[in-house]
Amino acid sequence: MSTTQVFAELAYWQQTGIRVGAALAAVLLVAGALVYMHLFKAVSFMQSRLGPMEAGPYGSLQLLAEVGKHIQKEDIFPAKADRFVFGAAPFVVLASTFLLVVVVPAGPDAWFIDHHNSDLGIYLGLAVSSVSVLGILMAGWGSSNKYSLLGGLRATGQLIAYELPLILAVVGVVIQAGTMNMADIVYAQANGEIFGLGIVGNPYILTQGVAFIIFLIAMQAELAQAPFDMPVAESELVTGYMTEYSGMRFLLFFIGEFATAGVFAAVASVLFLGGWYIPGIDPGADVMNLLGPLVMLVKIVGLTFLVFWTRFTMPRFREDQLQRLAWKFLIPIALANIVVTGILKVAF
Amino acid sequence: MALIPGLIKGLGVTGSTMMRTIFPGGVKKPIPSPVKGAETVQYPHEKEAPPTRARGVIALHEENCTACMLCARECPDWCIYIEGHKEKAPPRRAGGKPRQRNILDRFDIDYALCMFCGICVEVCPFEALFWSPEYEFSEPRIADLLHDMSRLSEWMETVPDFEDYEAGSQQKKLKVPPT
Amino acid sequence: MTAVSSRRQLNYIAAQAADARVNLEIETEGMTLNIGPQHPATHGTLRIVAKLDGEQVIAADPVMGYMHRGYEKLSEVRTYPQVTTLINRIDWLGSFANEVPFILAAEQLMEVEAPPRSQWIRTVLFEMSRIANIVLFLGDMAVQVGAVTPVFFAFRDREHILNQIEAATGGRFHPNFDRIGGLKDDLPKGWIVETKQVMKKMRSFCNEIEELVMGNEIFQARTRGIGVVPADIGLSYGLSGANIRGSGVDWDVRRDGTTGAGGLVHNELDWRVWTHPDGDSFSRFWVRLQEVRESTRMVDQLLDGLPSGPIMAKVPRIIKVPAGEAYVETENPLGVMGYYVVSKGGLAPFRVKIRSASFNNMSITPWLLTGVYVPDIITILGSLYFILGDIDR
Repeated sequence: MSTTQVFAELAYWQQTGIRVGAALAAVLLVAGALVYMHLFKAVSFMQSRLGPMEAGPYGSLQLLAEVGKHIQKEDIFPAKADRFVFGAAPFVVLASTFLLVVVVPAGPDAWFIDHHNSDLGIYLGLAVSSVSVLGILMAGWGSSNKYSLLGGLRATGQLIAYELPLILAVVGVVIQAGTMNMADIVYAQANGEIFGLGIVGNPYILTQGVAFIIFLIAMQAELAQAPFDMPVAESELVTGYMTEYSGMRFLLFFIGEFATAGVFAAVASVLFLGGWYIPGIDPGADVMNLLGPLVMLVKIVGLTFLVFWTRFTMPRFREDQLQRLAWKFLIPIALANIVVTGILKVAF
Repeated sequence: MALIPGLIKGLGVTGSTMMRTIFPGGVKKPIPSPVKGAETVQYPHEKEAPPTRARGVIALHEENCTACMLCARECPDWCIYIEGHKEKAPPRRAGGKPRQRNILDRFDIDYALCMFCGICVEVCPFEALFWSPEYEFSEPRIADLLHDMSRLSEWMETVPDFEDYEAGSQQKKLKVPPT
Repeated sequence: MTAVSSRRQLNYIAAQAADARVNLEIETEGMTLNIGPQHPATHGTLRIVAKLDGEQVIAADPVMGYMHRGYEKLSEVRTYPQVTTLINRIDWLGSFANEVPFILAAEQLMEVEAPPRSQWIRTVLFEMSRIANIVLFLGDMAVQVGAVTPVFFAFRDREHILNQIEAATGGRFHPNFDRIGGLKDDLPKGWIVETKQVMKKMRSFCNEIEELVMGNEIFQARTRGIGVVPADIGLSYGLSGANIRGSGVDWDVRRDGTTGAGGLVHNELDWRVWTHPDGDSFSRFWVRLQEVRESTRMVDQLLDGLPSGPIMAKVPRIIKVPAGEAYVETENPLGVMGYYVVSKGGLAPFRVKIRSASFNNMSITPWLLTGVYVPDIITILGSLYFILGDIDR
């Protein structure tokens, strides 16, 4: 009996329960893994040190210790803070992440929203990913702190500016695949051919390389990681909109940062790296429901490594410089990419 | 514009540092062992040996001290407390006059105040004070940082021999008295 | 003022007038931002009161003195050997360099000259403390503009220098090794070989920083043309050290100094003074990087040519400095540091005036920060490179 059949026999609420649990795991476990592998270890190795070593073997339980520490801390509200806005902001940011993860399929049947019946896919994803801007602006405004305000405003300007190249980069993929359905994009890559060779399929990183690079840069900016970390800029704005947060709410921002990195990497791997597909195995096969999430995880870890490698190597752009990069370079290139893709799509 | 953009070169520097940390053996022995490759020392488990001259803690050689108070006077923040009294010692020759001897009653150093400048060790004319590179004497209570005579004498065991000098030196090598 | 500054100020006034017209229409008001006293970019407790219009600085005012420790006054009630332990703590990153000008001033008053071997070792340690200090700047400057990793490299490689300083003097941060008439002790065996290896490591660190930070296009975009100090303005504000050499002024007390040339032996070495014509933050960084390289070469030369002999001149056990006054300045890591010592013949100096480099370097900030953006404040402060102990003393 195949997994699909077992799953189909469950009641709707049971399926939903499993999917909610899986979404939590997909966001939080991946975020935890990224924190440990990249923030604690890879970056430490780049700086000739070991990182946390005491909690668990090789410090693997450090994150749990950190979570425990943050939960115990007092949840401080600044005296003049707008209490509701200040308190709700981290949840808004995290909600955007959870909404984004639902569009990502990790196998032929391992999905959170039924992509057989809807073509929303990437369209929904791009729409909900902008919600986090609201949360950040709320945090910056609600803190009643000048540094936070500057950070929140910078973040808003930056996230809106980079939303555009992000979307335009995706448009190229959508044109080439001919669909907005995330699962169909994966199938299109798996069954595609490049110059008549179908061995590795056609992951769009090969034909949409420009879009991929733009997507990565815009993703880096959306995540507010260096070189685009002007909104948090710990050496001048003292972590910007997060300055006044402590305890649990700070933890939510912290998790949100890494979870969003993981989810964006998942989206990127679906769009450009073939999602759960690996050459040699039929992407529609049953086994991919189990293997698919693992394949996705590997791709996510690889992409986020790039993100954090860049983050810990580069200095940050100034606010005007990063705006110039977005409007004067990324957006025109992305538009040109769309035009070229469209012409080639019609021509072939 | 350089041939390879600086951004990529920078990534190369951090990337190669990471590989060096994970694989300290290099290409020949690609066995991951970051514990060896990292430049840091995992402090409570392994310790770096401080150099011989390191100014860690001051040790007192009690027999040599004559309670002359020079160190206490020269100390820039006056963290040495000395009390002593004079005693009559039996004469060296039979029939001679009894000698006077200084007996040390109290010799405390308050390490909460000490600046570790080493002036006391330097001014001591009788070679009663020595530097020991031992550094693990922190205390949960600040009052416990006041080391009394017996504690200071215990440090004497950790005092290393003086080092030889570099070629061309005309300094005389001093000796540490045996405890 | 001069042409450059007046043109700049005119531009600024014009921009202000344009803004004012806009402000009349949409009624914006300025914001006062306190940077510090507790702020990661101020290296301690410097406070800068910045009046902002949006993210542009209208006026900036440094407030100093949060860490004032009164060393000038304390020195009046300490004997000469005790003073060195205090002044160690002025610029805590290159502390041996603090001792040298004071000791030289005292030596001048006592008319003692240190034997050649001690002068050479003194110069070695002087240059090593410069390396230890500026290496941290090279990492720290990168942190100010947002790169995290270089500062770890800086701490990693500075450790080798500190280990060597500790092996020779006994103190990592506060050597207290310089004495009137020579040095406390001679070098331990094997020190020269180890130090030469460390110098090699420092040169490779410089190469790493050059690739990781200086060649980085973002770093250049952040620092080039930011915080331009024209040479004449810099001189009139009393800038010194790499800050003024970054503006193209070829002036180094190690080479051009008239006072205090007796105690250090830079004149017998083969080295050059680096300058950069631009005067911006990048040029200050560049000059400092070259200085570290030059210093490692100097240390190598010094160790090769180390003369043999005693390390202490004949000085009385209890030091009484004859009445008189002396001013000695040396080229410290942060800039020119001078001590004006007045003695009335007692055990302690009658008055000590410390001319520390950072205090004068900071005085240009109100002029320099006017009209820049908030992120550039941090870049400029980072590139001016001050140590708070050196400002407040």
